Amino acid sequence: MIELRYFAWLRERIGTGHEKLETDAATVGELIEELKARDEAYAFAFSDLGTIRAAVDQELVGLDAPLAGAKEIAFFPPMTGG
Amino acid sequence: MPEIIVQSDPFDMGERLNRFAARQENAGAVVSFSGVVRDADAGGLQAMEIEHYPGMTEKALAGIAEKAMARWSLNDAFILHRHGRMTPGETIMMVATAARHRADAFAAAEYLMDYLKSRAPFWKKEITETGTAWVAARDEDEDALSRWQSGEEAGSSPAG
Repeated sequence: MIELRYFAWLRERIGTGHEKLETDAATVGELIEELKARDEAYAFAFSDLGTIRAAVDQELVGLDAPLAGAKEIAFFPPMTGG
Repeated sequence: MPEIIVQSDPFDMGERLNRFAARQENAGAVVSFSGVVRDADAGGLQAMEIEHYPGMTEKALAGIAEKAMARWSLNDAFILHRHGRMTPGETIMMVATAARHRADAFAAAEYLMDYLKSRAPFWKKEITETGTAWVAARDEDEDALSRWQSGEEAGSSPAG
């Protein structure tokens, strides 16, 4: 079971900031495909992968990053701090 | 050890800077930068809301500060970043660096700013009279990182 976190407009489009999931996805990109297939809200949220950033266990990763052993996956738009 | 603070409460940048400077030994240069909520659309902005990723935020800021400490000859570094709701004129965040010489202190402060703008998990939302809108990341912010990346691993690039 992995913990999923969503932030900013991704959280708003999906309608929640947290959920738990059983998945066989091997990479972050595969997990996104699995989520997109769920319903329109997910498909809309993940429609432009160029605007999606991901973190595995709170470390920023690319979408090809493996999920083996991951406990917490987060998705969010490009960051706008400062 | 660089000091990292993430909080929602307002802070006094002068008091923070004085405290940072007072604990340095043998630093000939102290540089600071503060970010302030600016009303870009001449009067339309009512408030700014900053969301963050508790846990990852602190780790990301500490990681950026550690990299700066390793790259320049710094005595110390300080990052404070707020989250939550702020109004125009309020201070959002600050960084400070201390070094024997000013070149290191200036360069490291710029590096901290460039990295925390697009590598620390904060997201700004603007609240105006007509509605709310997430602030879009700017290409210039991503481009700003490239000048630091020669001779260093580039970190996570967008979309893998």
